[in-house]
Amino acid sequence: MFGRTAHTLARHVSRAGTRAYSDAPMAFTFASQNQVFYNGANVRQVDVPSFSGSFGILPSHVPSLAVLKPGVLTVFEDGSTAKKFFVSSGVVTINEDSSVQILAEEAAAVDELDLGSARDILNKAQSAASSATSEEAKAEALITVEVAEELVKAAESG
Amino acid sequence: MFSRCALLLPHNGHQQVRGMATLKTISMRLKSVKNIQKITQSMKMVSAAKYNRAERELRTARPYGAATKAFYEKVDVKGEEEKPNQLIVACSSDRGLCGAIHSNVCKHIKAELAEDSSKAAILCVGDKSRAQLSRVLAQNIIGQVGEVGRKPATFEDAAKVATFILNSGYDFGSGKIIYNRFRTVVTYDTLELPFFTASGISAAEKIGVYDSLDADVVQSYMEYSLASLMFFALKEGACSEQSSRMTSMDAASKNAGEMIDKLTLTYNRTRQAVITGELIEIISGAACV
Repeated sequence: MFGRTAHTLARHVSRAGTRAYSDAPMAFTFASQNQVFYNGANVRQVDVPSFSGSFGILPSHVPSLAVLKPGVLTVFEDGSTAKKFFVSSGVVTINEDSSVQILAEEAAAVDELDLGSARDILNKAQSAASSATSEEAKAEALITVEVAEELVKAAESG
Repeated sequence: MFSRCALLLPHNGHQQVRGMATLKTISMRLKSVKNIQKITQSMKMVSAAKYNRAERELRTARPYGAATKAFYEKVDVKGEEEKPNQLIVACSSDRGLCGAIHSNVCKHIKAELAEDSSKAAILCVGDKSRAQLSRVLAQNIIGQVGEVGRKPATFEDAAKVATFILNSGYDFGSGKIIYNRFRTVVTYDTLELPFFTASGISAAEKIGVYDSLDADVVQSYMEYSLASLMFFALKEGACSEQSSRMTSMDAASKNAGEMIDKLTLTYNRTRQAVITGELIEIISGAACV
């Protein structure tokens, strides 16, 4: 994970001389469908899990789009505090003006996760995946298994 | 709603039939108006409770919608020019008795398609918009999503609508959601929310500054943001609908109250007239003996 981050950072630095977008502080918005965690906040760094690999976002990151993967998203606010959130799926938008929007379908702080229920979900999802008959139901169940596995991992670490 | 009932009120000084018959009609009328008032009052209470919840949920949905819109606005995505076809999503619900919420959405669409409706398809969310649009634009409606408005909208509902749009097979260059944006309890605006296709996003002028984009990412990004735009529009619509129902039911209860006052007055006057008439009959009868 950190290898990827370093890679993104390196790319960042190499482009620093030529880029034309602003050096404004990061306007960070992070919301799930029923909760808003950050709205236009200025944070130091955000690490996000995406399908093209986990990466870190610093202010004035190169504009990009990414799709969130189930996993843990870490927000480094000013100072040394790091907050961890579990996200199920969603999108990341990094715009030219240094604003970052992360929209998750479901998100929760990692320390609020309950390991027991997370394992329950995983077990149920696994049995649903093995008993699924149609292709579509199987694919759906496998996605649930993937999310549940990450959920258990997140709950164990939190 | 009650304006029609006024026709049934007896005109004072113009009573053809005096006596019990009129008295009974008035008391029946009075009773029914009282019942209607009870219904509108409780509907108002119910929608007030629902409005509170919708408003609370809207507060979290707003930054969500704003964040989704931000990308389209910043990149300045335009529809695919070679494809003039557009898909219009009418965001209404199944329930009526909420002022002009649904008709405003439908009017907006009708006005837009008044000149040329050949290059547009309509997806109706909720029964009400379908009922109103099927009269004039029946051939444009490609589908309808029911069961909207009874329960608060969830992201799953929005995702279902988005999936329907993506699987509809209608080849559109751009699209928009027509919805009611909630302003205050008594005001709302009927607005358009544009959405685009993956190739529309890739064709945008400023997309070049965005790094590491492949077709898959853009496609998933587009699908997800369509669902979140739909979610945002459903939440705004639900909140406007409940607030509008609250105000219109409040007005209906007030109107019913006025009618009850008038009817009670007429009822008492008629009753008095009947008593006087009976007294005259008794007295003149006694005088004859």
